[in-house]
Amino acid sequence: MTALSARLPARRDRYTILPLTYLVAIVILGVTIVPLLFVFVDGFRTTGDISNSPTGLPHPWVWANYGSILTTAPFWEFLGNSALIATVATVLAVAFGSMAAFALSRYVFRCREALFTLFVSGLLFPIGVAALPLYLLLERVGLLDNQFGVALPEAAFALPMTMFILRPFMRAIPGELEDAAMVDGAGKLRFFVQILLPLAKPAMVTVTLLSFVTSWNQYLLPLLVFTTSSHFTLPLGVATYQSQYSQNTGAILAFTALAAVPALGVFMFAERYLVAGAAGAVKG
Amino acid sequence: MARSTTADATVRKKIELTILLAPALVLFVGFVLLPIVIAAYYSLFNWTGYGPLSDFVGMRNYTFAFGDPVFVQAIEHTLILTVLALVVQGPLSLGIALLLNRKFRGRGFLRLIIFAPYVLPPAVTAVMWSLMLYPGGFVDQLLKSVGLGGLIQEWLANLHIVLYTNFVVLTWQYIGFGIVLLLAGLQGIPVELKEAAAIDGATPWQVTRRVTIPLLAPTIRIWVFITVIGSLQVFDVVWILTGGGPANASTTMATYMFLDGFRSLEFGYGTAIAVILFAFCFVFSLVYQRFALRRDTAGALTRAVG
Repeated sequence: MTALSARLPARRDRYTILPLTYLVAIVILGVTIVPLLFVFVDGFRTTGDISNSPTGLPHPWVWANYGSILTTAPFWEFLGNSALIATVATVLAVAFGSMAAFALSRYVFRCREALFTLFVSGLLFPIGVAALPLYLLLERVGLLDNQFGVALPEAAFALPMTMFILRPFMRAIPGELEDAAMVDGAGKLRFFVQILLPLAKPAMVTVTLLSFVTSWNQYLLPLLVFTTSSHFTLPLGVATYQSQYSQNTGAILAFTALAAVPALGVFMFAERYLVAGAAGAVKG
Repeated sequence: MARSTTADATVRKKIELTILLAPALVLFVGFVLLPIVIAAYYSLFNWTGYGPLSDFVGMRNYTFAFGDPVFVQAIEHTLILTVLALVVQGPLSLGIALLLNRKFRGRGFLRLIIFAPYVLPPAVTAVMWSLMLYPGGFVDQLLKSVGLGGLIQEWLANLHIVLYTNFVVLTWQYIGFGIVLLLAGLQGIPVELKEAAAIDGATPWQVTRRVTIPLLAPTIRIWVFITVIGSLQVFDVVWILTGGGPANASTTMATYMFLDGFRSLEFGYGTAIAVILFAFCFVFSLVYQRFALRRDTAGALTRAVG
């Protein structure tokens, strides 16, 4: 094979594949965006308007659906509960997870690898599987219908992923930095707080976002734990709202759209860190 | 003097390790390991949530579960969803990732959009799709307007279709994750290898088939693992979209656990279902770890300390 004929297919490929790439790109874009647009736009329609013409545009645009949801308590209560639970779960998972990851990456002691394997084995045991036994446990310790009854298990179940991502990252930081800190009189814990954590910031941001999003989206555990509707999280609230107002499609659409906003908002701002998390999983 | 400083250092190390490890261990043991033990224990009793555990039934909850056609069906449905995820979402994510790995205008934007459904709460996805799928609704009208009215089905009411409707919605939600994961893997493959193959006369297809995909294998194996564990416990979307119905046509193991364990207050029985569900995840992990993942994790777990 000459170099020329080798280059030829590559060039042809560049020109014939590009239109196909755009075609596929447009199809993917459509399939992904249309359902989201449907929810947001049809939130501006009355239920009658929607059932007359399901694929039409709002005529006229009605603000009442969004208005009435944003001016009454339930939506804000659900939002507040979700924020509280996700924040507590994330802070605990990231704080405890990073401490443990530090111990398991920067100290030498017996059972270290066994301990890490134990933590990481939690990855194969998702919270959905444990929901019912967790319910029984929470009943025993009096945490049913309590925000911490959801936040604490969620923090615990976020630990494996946190440590799985943080440990290799902390290991990769050169030992010379640690030696230098020691020479300057810093203890190991001080090295952790003042030098290692700032250096591990990209990985810390990634695990923070992953824990937050996982907790924010959790549905089964809150469904089991909460009985008082003012304690509901947003996902639970959306599902409940749908069954309560099943006749008022416009209102459900508006509520669903509003419930999607925080997740999409966090996502727009944090996409690259979440992608980094996915990439981190690849590298192990 | 020297001895006492060594002793001091040892004590200090122990204290530091305790401070660093204890909180995570307490949380993990309390809320991850303890529920497994509770589940295994409670599953041996007939218990409806009140009074002491006194009605010991041994393995009867388990034999009853496997004798219940609805549960056997739920296992089948869960396995169908899992296999479909692998054979449909897998090639689809790989194909899209390969396309997105080329340079073209708007690539970053497309990648952002494609990943968005993955971060949406599954409950929101499910409510959204249930509003689009009702008879004569948005999806039906859309199909009609592009001349595909003949394809219209009772998406959520037809016993033979409802499971696949659920699968389509699940795919909409989760495919972005596979694409982003595989893209990350693709970007870790050195361009030189592909160039070398091209210079040796390989066609683009051959380069993809013989160089890119084999080098992507570790990423694909991780994707398979995450997808199977996720599919085995699928609950949110199915529960909100169909509740496992109509007539149990779309029950999964997790919706069965919720309905027949929690809702019907058969907690002993429900925990037995949880144990079975856990066993599925566990056995899969062990087998998969043994035969597929070992090569990938061997390096990661035995690497020297920094």
